[in-house]
Amino acid sequence: MNAPNKSGWKPGTPVEGDNSGSGPETVTGNRALMLEEPLIFEIGSTETTGVDFEFAGRLDLAGVTQPATPTPAKDVPSRLGTMARHGTIGLPGLTEPETVRHYTRLSRQNYAIDLGLFPLGSCTMKHNPRLNEKVARMPGFADVHPLQPVDTVRGALEVINELAFWLLKLTGMHGVAMSPKAGAHGELCGILCIRAALEARGDARKVILVPESAHGTNPATAAFAGYEVEDIPATAEGRVDLEALKARLGPDVAGVMITNPNTCGLFERDMKAISDAVHEAGGFVYCDGANFNAIVGKVRPGDLGVDAMHINLHKTFSTPHGGGGPGSGPVVLSEALAPYGPLPFTARTGDGVVHLVEEENAAEFDHTRAFGRMTAFHGQMGMFTRALTYILSHGADGLKQVAEDAVLNANYILRSLDDVLDAPFGPSGPCMHEALFSDKGFGEGMSTLDLAKGLIDEGFHPMTMYFPLVVHGAMLVEPTETESKAGLDQFITALRSVAERAKAGDESLKAAPYYAPRRRLDETLAARKPVLAWKEPSPPGGPSAPSEVGGR
Amino acid sequence: MRYLPLTDADRSAMLETIGASDIDALFADVPEEARLNGPIEGLPMHASEMAVERHMRRLGQKNLAAADAAFFLGAGAYRHHVPASVDHIIQRGEFLTAYTPYQPEIAQGTLQMLFEFQSQVARLYGCVVANASMYDGSTACWEAISMAGRVTKKRRALLSRGLHPHYVNVVETMAKFTGDEIASDWPRLEAQYDEDALIAQMSDDLSCVVVQYPDILGRLPNLQKIADAAHEKGALLIVVNTEPVALGAIEAPGNLGADIVVGEGQAIGVGLQFGGPFLGLFAVTNEKHVRQMPGRLCGETVDAEGKRGFVLTLSTREQHIRREKATSNICTNSGLCALAFSVHMTLLGEKGLRALAAENHRLACIAADRLAQVPGVAVLNETFFNEFTVRLGQDARAVVRRLADDGVLAGVSLGRLYPTREELADGLVVAVTETTSEEDIETLARALEEALA
Amino acid sequence: MARYFTDEHEWIELDGDTATVGITDYAQGQLGDIVFVELPDAGKALEKGGDAAVVESVKAASDVYAPISGEVTEANPALEDDPSLVNSDPEGEGWFFRMTVADKGQLDGLMDEAKYKSFCDGL
Repeated sequence: MNAPNKSGWKPGTPVEGDNSGSGPETVTGNRALMLEEPLIFEIGSTETTGVDFEFAGRLDLAGVTQPATPTPAKDVPSRLGTMARHGTIGLPGLTEPETVRHYTRLSRQNYAIDLGLFPLGSCTMKHNPRLNEKVARMPGFADVHPLQPVDTVRGALEVINELAFWLLKLTGMHGVAMSPKAGAHGELCGILCIRAALEARGDARKVILVPESAHGTNPATAAFAGYEVEDIPATAEGRVDLEALKARLGPDVAGVMITNPNTCGLFERDMKAISDAVHEAGGFVYCDGANFNAIVGKVRPGDLGVDAMHINLHKTFSTPHGGGGPGSGPVVLSEALAPYGPLPFTARTGDGVVHLVEEENAAEFDHTRAFGRMTAFHGQMGMFTRALTYILSHGADGLKQVAEDAVLNANYILRSLDDVLDAPFGPSGPCMHEALFSDKGFGEGMSTLDLAKGLIDEGFHPMTMYFPLVVHGAMLVEPTETESKAGLDQFITALRSVAERAKAGDESLKAAPYYAPRRRLDETLAARKPVLAWKEPSPPGGPSAPSEVGGR
Repeated sequence: MRYLPLTDADRSAMLETIGASDIDALFADVPEEARLNGPIEGLPMHASEMAVERHMRRLGQKNLAAADAAFFLGAGAYRHHVPASVDHIIQRGEFLTAYTPYQPEIAQGTLQMLFEFQSQVARLYGCVVANASMYDGSTACWEAISMAGRVTKKRRALLSRGLHPHYVNVVETMAKFTGDEIASDWPRLEAQYDEDALIAQMSDDLSCVVVQYPDILGRLPNLQKIADAAHEKGALLIVVNTEPVALGAIEAPGNLGADIVVGEGQAIGVGLQFGGPFLGLFAVTNEKHVRQMPGRLCGETVDAEGKRGFVLTLSTREQHIRREKATSNICTNSGLCALAFSVHMTLLGEKGLRALAAENHRLACIAADRLAQVPGVAVLNETFFNEFTVRLGQDARAVVRRLADDGVLAGVSLGRLYPTREELADGLVVAVTETTSEEDIETLARALEEALA
Repeated sequence: MARYFTDEHEWIELDGDTATVGITDYAQGQLGDIVFVELPDAGKALEKGGDAAVVESVKAASDVYAPISGEVTEANPALEDDPSLVNSDPEGEGWFFRMTVADKGQLDGLMDEAKYKSFCDGL
């Protein structure tokens, strides 16, 4: 069998903790502000609703002199044919106050950027400005249908175009596909552009080279696009091994996927040389732009020979992560790949008008080589308005400062902790926007997971664990630029303390967290006996037979 | 630079701790020739909150918002009333600014919500398991076809003529690269969906048959009949639904023989948003297929004290573990849209959903009957839920544009959806929801009367 | 009955013309709690070194390779209900599948128990 658990990541085994000092049990299971909340299926009913539909007709509230009586609903025969829904659906409802309380209680069991530092490496959890939310909710953006006649949505097209303009200027690239729905979708878009360009020149190639340290989406994307995936070797200092890469290049290699800054938090110094070598061998360079926030305004990927790069608007340009999306992943393209970018896209003509280019008018805009369409409509408009608002707020000078402060904060963490935590690539120089540590030197039986759970008790969200795979027990810390020095100092104090406990083999860490809404969860049970949807509990003695409930 | 807390004094002190002379020393690995020395030229500098808001408002005002028009657009995106508390809840920072719940002990809010969401979707669709969401309906549709290939080990999919043409485009684009074979055809303007024509195209080499319900013209195909025929050929039936409110009135696909049910969840809680972000729904009727599903799954378990809790589970299907052997490359999904859907669905409950669906259908029937009286207009559909097709006897696209000038957004012309198909050019798909008033219907009828005279 | 080991941590035991295959105690220890095993169907032809099964823990999935060429005759039905058998008894009840032996000569390149033990000690 291959690679038995290279990263060393195993789920935490739930350990019965010592509860002394946590006070007496309560009848409700609540602990003051820590409130237990049942499922909607346990508190709601199919007969309850939080929405009024009593007035089928219209109520004229302006007519205050007359008693407002609803017009009786007209009876009309159904056109559902034989397809009407029978039987109960089983959807519980709650009234509005109960609904607000249910979700508010749930929300309080979450950690969030609004509560504190969220140093998930590679995920870029920075402050989400609320102006962005306000703008996205303006009726001209939120209440517009994607298939309205284009003359009624010129402002929306201008937003797309203005954002596209910024992305091109910031990256030094030639064209941009705006429609991909998230980073991985953008990766797919970029790789499909590469494949379309190669096929157009009658040069089908088979292999995409991906470093072992890459995000899992890279090999998954390349495989999905029909390519074989091969590893690019790394140097001892955590960068692409240029000579080994050159040796592997050849007529079968369609391209490389490189993350820059890479997932070890380092800038690929040889990026231009890598691009030149790949181009010389007839391939293309895909850059995973997940870490673009470290260099925005400081370096343009276009100057490094990149052919395609996705930009996670939800990372670099601070659209909210929302507990796992939605994201947005526009892809900037080089001159060689731009003609293959998918539909739809927008284009501004000399007269200043912004046009929507779709299948029917692609010829007018000389874009007939598009490889197809990646999504039904125009991409993540709600993310475009937020990202553009963020970009305009910062401006060219502010974005440069964003990158500089992000890098400064990460190096501050790296150098404040490299005496207590092993920093495998620390000696090779400064990091970019994230600091990487390993579990080397931990006490017997202590793992990165234990340290992470200890950090939860200190009031912080843990860093990214066990990624990148090339470092055992990896801890990838990305503070972002929106943290104050005092906030960083508090985090450093906490991480230092937990790291010292891990090194000293402090057994109490094995049962952490103690103070979170839940103790360690049994992930093995969840995977062995998956319960993925709520079911009515069977009555004692098992489910009743049809005869007992009256049959059908 | 209101989003940056560091002061210049902080920066100097931190550089000293690091042992770097200046900030550029930290960018030493960037080759000199690639480093930019000042802000990129030709771009504006930072701006105040007020100035940015003003600029964005101006752009927004160039759009005609649906609320300011008599509005009848559907075709994959529907305008419904979203209760104010939905938006309030999704703007709570603990939901809005949380990440994917990778540390379950401090993410039970998101996880429990996802478990509830999965359960709601499964019930709405008549399925046993739903995932924690996909990007949108069109990408979920492709993922379903991809999954059917894994389950049946066959690589040819048959798309119904009633599938949204943009969905068809997405599927054909992806299939071009994966080597899957896709059979598709244009819709025919017939009063009722022709199940027999679809069944006649079925062969033993099919991995799946994909049927939209209600279809792009608003008609209601007889799913059970199609399911039986597909299963006889060893193919899975994938049902695509773009209007979840319909399932408060019409039978769930999972109860009619569907194996995979996917769709667009936007209509509940999410809003139009010019097409995104939307909410892909994905569910299966056979528990054995769960390990072939794409996307994240939330499952129930217990913590060390025996308390119920939730975790992301079965992640070995996913890219971050399985890499090139993953079931899909999807990572980020539509978490916050799933929350909006779930909150709205909780507010509705079964009673509210049924009432909402009934009101949509009632108004759509009134609209169809009224438009049928307009000279030159013929209603195509025998069956429909809240969306139906009318024929105008002339290029519907031009009519739609003319009406838009008068503030009437009349619907989606088939010419917009199928620009190359002349035989469809006089078709107009009209959607009616609870947000449509009887006055709006009258406005549309009169505008059409005038335009067609 | 002779038992052989591969450097990919599979064991194979020959019994007449058929062989039983599983993963070693060392391998299960590296993986942690096994939550799922995907086994080949009876009748599937296996190529030495090719993918034969997948074994999953919560956070990792590993391919199990065929130690030799042959045809699958039977997969262990007990693993579907209780994959933890791979943890509790990897080299007994937790066997993966049985197969025919196309070429007994392929066994010659594999390790015996003592050799495998020193191989693991060196990891």
